This record gives sequence, C-alpha cells and structure tokens, in this order.
Amino acid sequence: MAVTTIGAGAVKPKVSGDERMMRVGIVVIGLFLLIGLLLPLYAMMSKSFQDSDGNFIGLANYAEYFSTPALFFSIYNSLTVSVLATVITISFAFVYAYALTRSCMPFKGVFRAIALIPILAPSLLPAISLVYFFGKQGIIKSWLFGESIYGPIGIVIGEVFWTFPHAMMILVTALSITDARLYEAAAALRTSKIRTFFTVTLPGAKYGVISAIFVVFTLVFTDFGVPKVIGGQYNVLSVDIYKQVIGQQNFEMGAVVSVVLLIPAVISFTIDRIVQRRQVALLSARAVPLEPKPNRTIDTSMLIVCGIIAFVIVSIIVMAGYASFVQFWPYNLNLVLSNYDFDVMDGGGWDSYTNSIQMAAWTAVIGTAFIFTGAYLVEKGQGFKKGRTVIHFLAILPLAVPGMVLGLSYIFFFNHPDNPFGFIYHTMAILVVVTIAHFYTVSHLTAVTALKQMDPEFEAVSASLKVPFYKTFWRVTVPVCMPSIINIAVYLFVNAMTTVSAVIFLYAPDTTLAAVAVLNMDDAGDIAPAAAMAMLIFATNAVLYSIYSLGTRGLQARTQAWRKR
Amino acid sequence: MTTAMQDSPGHESAGTKTYLRIDDLTKNFGAFTALRDVSLEIYEGEFVCFLGPSGCGKTTLLRCIAGLDYQTAGRIAQGGTDISALPPSERDFGIVFQSYALFPNLTVQKNIAYGLENRKVGKADTERKVAELLELVGLEGQGPKYPAQLSGGQQQRVALARALATSPGLLLLDEPLSALDARVRVHLRHEIRQLQERLGVTTIMVTHDQEEALTMADRIVVMNHGVIEQIGTPTEVYGTPKTAFVADFVGTMNFMPGTAAGAGRVRLGTVELNCAAMNGISEGTPVTVAVRPEDFVVRCTDGANGNAFEAEIDDMEFLGSFYRAELKVPGMGESRIVVDLSVNAVRDLELAGGRSLPVAVPSDHILVFPAD
Repeated sequence: MAVTTIGAGAVKPKVSGDERMMRVGIVVIGLFLLIGLLLPLYAMMSKSFQDSDGNFIGLANYAEYFSTPALFFSIYNSLTVSVLATVITISFAFVYAYALTRSCMPFKGVFRAIALIPILAPSLLPAISLVYFFGKQGIIKSWLFGESIYGPIGIVIGEVFWTFPHAMMILVTALSITDARLYEAAAALRTSKIRTFFTVTLPGAKYGVISAIFVVFTLVFTDFGVPKVIGGQYNVLSVDIYKQVIGQQNFEMGAVVSVVLLIPAVISFTIDRIVQRRQVALLSARAVPLEPKPNRTIDTSMLIVCGIIAFVIVSIIVMAGYASFVQFWPYNLNLVLSNYDFDVMDGGGWDSYTNSIQMAAWTAVIGTAFIFTGAYLVEKGQGFKKGRTVIHFLAILPLAVPGMVLGLSYIFFFNHPDNPFGFIYHTMAILVVVTIAHFYTVSHLTAVTALKQMDPEFEAVSASLKVPFYKTFWRVTVPVCMPSIINIAVYLFVNAMTTVSAVIFLYAPDTTLAAVAVLNMDDAGDIAPAAAMAMLIFATNAVLYSIYSLGTRGLQARTQAWRKR
Repeated sequence: MTTAMQDSPGHESAGTKTYLRIDDLTKNFGAFTALRDVSLEIYEGEFVCFLGPSGCGKTTLLRCIAGLDYQTAGRIAQGGTDISALPPSERDFGIVFQSYALFPNLTVQKNIAYGLENRKVGKADTERKVAELLELVGLEGQGPKYPAQLSGGQQQRVALARALATSPGLLLLDEPLSALDARVRVHLRHEIRQLQERLGVTTIMVTHDQEEALTMADRIVVMNHGVIEQIGTPTEVYGTPKTAFVADFVGTMNFMPGTAAGAGRVRLGTVELNCAAMNGISEGTPVTVAVRPEDFVVRCTDGANGNAFEAEIDDMEFLGSFYRAELKVPGMGESRIVVDLSVNAVRDLELAGGRSLPVAVPSDHILVFPAD
C-alpha cells in the first residue's frame, strides 16, 4: 500500500470503531425522538384535516371551529389569563429573586426553599386549595366582593402560584451573574441608586426577564390542571381539547384545538430561542461577584414583601393539607384519615399512587440514562455533524409542545391499527415514553450545560491512549457529571409524579396515575380525597427532594472528593 | 511500504532518518484556508517547534498530525506508513494539551495508568511503570492525589507522564506551558527538553512564544497565515531569517526603508552601507533593511570599512544587564533605530541622552528584504 504518488485528492477519513458506535447511538436517539415526538405530531396534524372516517376534508374542521363562538372564544380567554398571570408572576418573582440575590435580607435559605414548593405539587393542588379559600364554602369567600373564584380569577391565582418557582429560578440566575465592578463604577460616577437600577441591574437581567416571561406564558397558556379544576364556565384551550376528546369523542375537533394551542406555544418558544442566542456572556472570567451590602431600608422592605409572598405560598399548601384531613367541610371540621381511603373512591385508589411511583421511577431511570447519553453524543461526538445537529434540534422541540397536544398525538399515532408500536398503547410503557418525551428538553439542556463544562480534550486524550470512548464516558464523564445526572433524575421523577396533561389521554384502567386520580376525584365532586391525593404527591416529592438536597451534600463529599483542593 | 520514503531526496545525508513526513497539506474550514500546501519532514528523535502568531495554522497542523482534524488534501506519513485517513485511535502518539485535560475524578496514578490499563498490561507491571513515570517527571509520592490538589506545573508533568506512559513514537505538545506562570515555565522548558533527550522520543511542540521555541527546539518551523515561512535551527531562524515576517516575529528587529544601490550596497536616506547578501535584488529597487539591536557596534567604529554613520541618542532605557537606546540618525530622516548598548560601553564612552556618536554595522549582519 505504498503511496508513491502524492495526490492532492481529498482525504476520506477512515471511520473508527468509536465513531461507528457513536453514530449508531445518535441514530437510536433520533429514532426515539422521531417515534416519540415527530410522527405523533404529524399524525395529530393530519387528523385535523380529516373527518371522523379519515377522509381528507381540507380546512373544513377549522372552518367549523372558527364559526363556533363557544370554541374560538377560548383563544381570547386563554390569552387573557396567560397575560395576566405572566405579568403578576414576573413582578412578584423579580422582587423575590432580587431580594434573594441583591439584598442582605435574613433567612434567604428558607425563602428560597419555600419558593420551590409549588414545583413539587401538581397544578391541580393550588386550584383545589383555592376552592377551600374562596369557593362556595370557602373560609375567606367574602374577600372576592361577590366575584366567583370559578373563572379567570381562580385560574390566574392558581397559575401564579404554580409558575412562580419557574420564573423565580430563571431570575435568580439572571440576577446572580453580574459584575460588581459595574456597580462600583456607577457609584464612583455618583449615579443614584434608582438610575443604577435602570441602567445596570435591569439591562443585565434583561434576557433573564424575557426568558422568564416566555416560560411563564407558555406554562400558563398550555396548563390544564388549574383551569380544569377552577375554570368553571370560563373555557380555555387546553380544557377544550379535553372536553372535545373525552366528553364528546370528537377527536378531529380535539386535533384542531391542539393545533390552535400549539401555534402560540411554538411562536413563544421560537422567540425565546432567538433571544437566548443574543445573550452574550456578561460574566468575563475576571468579573468580580457582587456581594450585597446591608441596607436597612431595602433589607427590611424586602423581608416584608418576601414574607408575604412566602406566607401565601405556604398557606395554599397548608390549606390543601388541612382540608385533606377534615371529615366533612365545612360542617364537621374533625381531623380524620378517611379522605386517604382512596380505594373506596373513583379514580383508581391506592393503585394509582403506586402506579405513579412506578412510572416516575422508570421515567427517572430510563429517561436520565437515555437523555444524558444522547446529550453526550450530541456534545462530544465526532463527525456525523448533520445527525448531531438534527438531534439537538429535536431535543429542544418538546418544550414547545404542550402536554395535552402530545398526549392526544400519541392516541392518533399509537392507536392506529397499522402502527407496529401499537402494542405499547394502554401500557405503562407508553406513559413512560410520553413523559420522557414531554420533559426531554430541560433534561437535555441540563446535561449539555454539564458536558460543556468538561474539558473538550478528554475525548482526544483517550483516543490517543487508545481507550475506547465508552470507557472514558463511564469512568470520567459520568462520575464528573454525577450531580447533574441526579438533578435530571429528580427533575424527571418530580414531573412524572405531577404531570396530568401528557398522560390524561393515555392511561388505562390498570395504569391509572395519582395526578389523574386527583382530577377524576375532583370531577366526581370528591374534593377532599382529591386534596388528599394531591398532598400525597406533594409529600412524596418533598421527601425525595429533601433526600436529594441532603444527599447531594453527602454524595458531594464522597464521589466528588476530587473537587476539593 | 517504505519505498515512498526512500524515494524522497534523502535526509539520510544529514545522518538522520525521516520519521514524520507531511506532503502538500491543505486544510480549509469553509471558505477559510487554515493550512496551504504545507510540506515538512521531521526526523527521528528530533524536537521540533511550530512557532507563529495565533491563527497561523500551527495548532491546526498539530491536530491534523494527531487525526483530531482531517486535512482537506495532502498526506501525512509516520514511520513510513500513510496515516492520512486514520482516526486518532489508530495513530501512534501521545498528546499534552494547554489545559492538560487531566481526568479530574481520577488520582494522579490512575491518570497515568489510564492508557496502560487498556493494553492488558499486568497490574504489577502497570504499577511499576507508573512509579517509574512519576519518578521520571519528579512527582514521587504524589500518586494518590487528585489533579486539583496539584499546582499547575505539577499537573503539567502528570499530563506529560500520562502521554508518555504508552511509549508513543511521537509526542505532541499543544502550547503546554502557556497556562503557567513565568518562573515555572522557564523551569519546565528545561525539564521537558531534558526528558525528551533522555527518552529520544520525536516531539512536536506548538507555541507562540519565540523564546520557548529558541531555547527548546532542534528545529523551528515558523508559520504565518497557513504557510511555512521558514524551517531551521534556532540560530538560523534568529540569525538569518528568510523573510521579513520571520525577522520580525523572532526577536527584536529594526526595519528601515531603503533602496538597493547595486553590488552589495544599500542606501538608507543619505547613508550608504555595505551588506553581504542582496538576495538577488536589482539596483534601484525599494527594500527593507533589517538589523538586530545587538548587532550595532559603538566601539572601534573606525575599522568598519565605512559601514558607519553618525547618530544621536534620543532616549535610553536601562534593562539591567544592558541599555536599550533609541537613536536618531540625521541622514535617515525621521525614523529611529533601536540599539542595544552594553553597560560597560555606556560607562566607558560616557553615553547619555543627547550625545552624538558614530555607529557601525558589520555588513554580514545587515539583512535585506524586498519592500512590501
């Protein structure tokens, strides 16, 4: 094979065994996202152009939709509550995040923990709690001056509670990354505090605020739990899908509403992506972190505001918890355990709770392994650039797809008689698949962020040492990223426990889930047992989260010993 | 398999064997050409530095040799085998990166043993080899520590030991000293060079630091804009730079605009000087004349065959072991020249700002380049 002629021909690199394995991995991940996301969405969209017999009828369904005021008026309703809830949530969350990052307010740790509480509960829980506060027999019903909680007021309050931690976390991150020298420069130039706030603080946090706005808007716009419980006659899009599909068995109209719901979500998602790309690193390597200085006036007022917000959050949880033990609200306030006797009620009984635990565990284990490996292949793979780019795009996409839409899409796709994957329909497997697909994006981005912090040359070094990539992946990448991996697993578990929208169309009689049971019991008028089940979900997640928080400290000490100097 | 190598005009005459041979290597990143027709031979056991400013293509060339990037065209042969298309895992090299890329969760020992464990080397042999390497890089007893517990210089040595553990035929160093502070850097330069000589491993180091290249390399490959400007020993590159770029990049250089005055003479304003080599530039052509600050002579300028001119000291900077002076030359207009003056010359001749003095340049230290 002596090469005697030195040609200038293009070099065709030989594909190594490592690379071949990576390509196979990328194809596998790609297939999952194709089957778990793209094809179902396609099935759903094509359904919106068909009649009930499957004949193509063009835009007839859409024409019908827009000529039915009861239906298309929901768009207006959904937008109204979304805008209101977004404005309120962002305002509260900004003050809260500002207090946590830029003031010397005491008890910051406690406040931070309290703000995260809503994440651990299904969105049904605040709605149920609001019924006990402001419902027909609510204890402070009079505070609404005769207005009904069932409608936009209830939805907005419930959504503000439920989306608060999401906004707060984004804003805390945005406000944490700043350079103290900017403030020193402003002070040296004798800039007033107010002017500094508008010229330094706000511009620095701008992208965080924009991102939080889009995240909250999308969450509210697509949420199902809160409006289902407390929406009353006030129709919103996600509840319309449910009514069309479950109530009227009109799948085609359900598909049309899904498309209507999907479009703003995709637009909001796209704008957010574009804005994120504009974000330049504010924090150079030499930036000096900002240490807030004590200021009596600011610290005290922050403490008061945060105290009120935290009090409201805690009381919403406490009310649901209290109500779940009350024998017969509001006539017999004896505390009993009878509401936890789920087996005598509709909704699946205790089995639905164990099913949920099982489903969440599978989602956490399989989902984490799968998503992290996928992120690794996208981030660290060599060659096959097209494949990796496609996967990265597909991995970001689920964030734009509302759970209801995904769930309905799964019916159309997996329940199709010709689908070879049809066998997973009505099993635990489809619930796990839909949940992984639904929560793919955040997990993927967490993994990518962790992987980006790894030295890009690890793979090159192991190739030079002739160590196959999977060995380095297992011995170095996974251990180093362990905190993020556990973080992903906890995120998936918590969300699998609380999600309703993605699974509401997909559970079978023997795979009922706890969050769905909350909904069904509430539907049947068993509000106290619904509160009890919601509290059970919350308690499970809270226990897991506490173990996680305490455990990471212990784990950090053992597996991350190398981090110490 | 080796016929191709033997066909080439042999460097055997130099008593050395070609180990790595690069032919017409071109690398494009989209529309950008990072390397253009680079050809180069590296001999067995040699220490070669790729030197150039950032973006000159030196790192790209190293990555092509390692297989971490693939050239668009051209060929690389190592030990007589064409490796152009092989993935890194099928090539024979050890590599040290600027970031060291030590596995943070593995101890020093395990880092060094990382490549050995995969070669079915027995446990006892591995341990012996690791101990040997630790001693070689002067880190005895540091084996059980984690990388983060070591200083930058120590981490660098661990990276070196890890790269050498599998006894590769070629050692690649990608700016290995840039992340260290000046003192450690000077010390490690010396150590790496000694280690390389002891092991006799063919080594390529990428650097942008000319001092590093001058002190460490057997030969320096000076690169700019994706092409090789000059290949030569440190003395050649410093003393007889082939291009104005090399003259400027390596060391300090005075550049003066002038005209070729025919037959080994150049004119700088009203001053005319003899120079040894004209590089075939014809009379009347504008040229750039280059002289190193230390090549000007201020003592005994009478015997300089007329290669002397009057100058006035404008400014003097004391740099400890010598003075760096800026001189005005009345015959050369506005341009200043930089001249290094020894401390004793300054003392003996009582030199100070404002003083005029004759300055001479030996004709063989005047470099003439075509003006650009």
